[in-house]
Amino acid sequence: MAEAKKYPAPQGNPESAAFWEAAKQGKFMIKRCTACGEPHYFPRSICPFCFSDKTVWEESSGEATIYTFSLMRKSPTGPFAIAYVTLKEGPSLQTNIVDCDIDKLKIGQKVKLVWKPTEGAPLPFFTVA
Amino acid sequence: MTIKGKAYIAGIYEHPTRHAPDKSTAQLHAEVAKGAIEDAGLTKADIDGYFCAGDAPGGVMPMVDYLGLKVRHFDSTDTGGCSYLVHLGHAAEAIAAGKCSIALVTLAGKPRTGAMPPRSAGAEADFELAYGATTHNVYGMCAMRHMHDYGTTSEQLAWIKVAASHHAQYNPHAMLKEVVTVEDVLNSPMISDPLHRMDCCVVTDGGGAMIVTTPEIAKSLKKPLVRLIGHGEAMKGPRGGKDLDLTYSAGVWSGPRAFEEAGITPKDIKYASIYDSFTITVLMQLEDIGFCRKGEGGKFVADGNLISGVGKLPFNTDGGGLCSNHPVNRGGMTKILEAVRQLRGEAHPKVQVPNCDLAIAHGTGGLLGVRHAASTCILERV
Repeated sequence: MAEAKKYPAPQGNPESAAFWEAAKQGKFMIKRCTACGEPHYFPRSICPFCFSDKTVWEESSGEATIYTFSLMRKSPTGPFAIAYVTLKEGPSLQTNIVDCDIDKLKIGQKVKLVWKPTEGAPLPFFTVA
Repeated sequence: MTIKGKAYIAGIYEHPTRHAPDKSTAQLHAEVAKGAIEDAGLTKADIDGYFCAGDAPGGVMPMVDYLGLKVRHFDSTDTGGCSYLVHLGHAAEAIAAGKCSIALVTLAGKPRTGAMPPRSAGAEADFELAYGATTHNVYGMCAMRHMHDYGTTSEQLAWIKVAASHHAQYNPHAMLKEVVTVEDVLNSPMISDPLHRMDCCVVTDGGGAMIVTTPEIAKSLKKPLVRLIGHGEAMKGPRGGKDLDLTYSAGVWSGPRAFEEAGITPKDIKYASIYDSFTITVLMQLEDIGFCRKGEGGKFVADGNLISGVGKLPFNTDGGGLCSNHPVNRGGMTKILEAVRQLRGEAHPKVQVPNCDLAIAHGTGGLLGVRHAASTCILERV
C-alpha cells in the first residue's frame, strides 16, 4: 500500500530550494510571472511563457481536478494511480492519487493535496477531496 | 531551401534476431551496419557520415572508433524511438549541404536480454520521478483522456493490434506470428488502464541500419530508387502545465511540415509505417498527421482498415512493434525499413501494396504523455 511505499528524497538545487523549504512547512508553492501574469509548475526562475525573470513564489490552494489517470498494474509495490491534475490556479502537474479507492477514480473528479514523507523534504501527492 | 529529392535510401538491413544474449550491443550495431552497407553494394570505406542515438554504447565517438569509420559528418541527436526518423532528415540536410555523401545510420540493443539503464531526467526530476511514470502508464493516461474526450473505445484500439497480427503471420522473423482477434486483445491482462497487454509492443533485442546517399550515387547502385521528399520534426511537453492536452502529439506539427515539403497530402499515401509502441500511439498519430480528423481515429482504424489488401491504409506490414520487432524499445528505424521494402516491392507478397510509390514513416520518441518528439518522413519510389 501507499503508506509502505518509500519515495525518493528530492535532491534540490538553488533554483528549487525555496519550494522544498516551503514544503517542509506544509506549503505547496507554484511560480507566477509578474510580467505576463501566467502561473506555472514545476517552478522555474525564468518564465517558460514570456521568458521574463520576474517570477515570484505563490502558495497554491492545493485544490485540483483529475485531468487524466491510469491504474498501473505492473508494479512490484502493487497497483497505483498515476495522474495529471489541474490546480485551481491553472497549471497541471503529474502526481499519484493516493489514500483512496483508486478503482473509483474519474476524470474531472475533485482532489486535494497531501504530503508524503521522504528522508528529505516531503513530496506533494493528491487524494480524493 | 528544401531537402526534397536530395537524399536516397540506398541500403537497408534489419537484424533477424529478436533475442541475442550471445552478442554485444556494439557487435549488433556492427552487424546491422555491415548488412546495410552490403545491401547498398558499397564498402565501409565509402561511408563518410555516421548517425546514431542513445542506444549506441558510449555514444558516437566510441562507435565511430569501434566500427573503424572515417567520417567527416556525424550526428548523435537522441529523441528516443523517433531518433532514426530525425537522423534520416538530418542526413538529407547534410547531404544537400555537401557535408557528407554516404551516411550510415545504426540502431541496436538488447532490452530482452537485460533491463535497459533508466532514461536520464531533466530539470523536472525532483517534481516527477517519484510518481512512477513508465511508458505503459503514461500512454495509458493518453488513452484514458482520448476515450473521455472523443469516445474512443478499447475495441477500436484492439483493431490496431489485430491488423498488425494479420501482417506478422507472413514475417518469418516476427516475434509474435499468431493472428489475434479483438476479443483476444480485450481478454489479455490489463497492464495500465485502459491498455491491455496486447495493446503493448514486444520487447526485443536486435537492430537495424540504413544508408542515405546522394541521387547520383544512388543511381549508380543496383537497388530500386527510394528517395526522401519531405521531412518534419517537432517536440511537445507540458511546458509549465498550461493548457495540458494529452490527446495530441507533436505529430500535429511534424506531419504537416513533411507533407508541405513533399507537396502531397495524406490521401496520396499508399503505405504507412506508424510507430506502434502501443495501440493508442498509432491512433493518435494517424489523427495528428492528417489521415483523419482529431477524435475520429477510433472509427478510422476499426474493421480492418489498416490491413493490407483489406483496408484503405495498409500499415506496418512487417507486423510492426506490436508483433514483429521493437529493437531497443525504439521503433523509428524499423518503420523506415518496412516503408523502403514496400517502395522497392520487397515486402512479403501477401502484404505488398500494389504499385506502392508513396509511403510515410512516422514516429514519436520519449513519452507521448510527457515530453516527446515526433518525426515524419515521406518517401517516394523514383
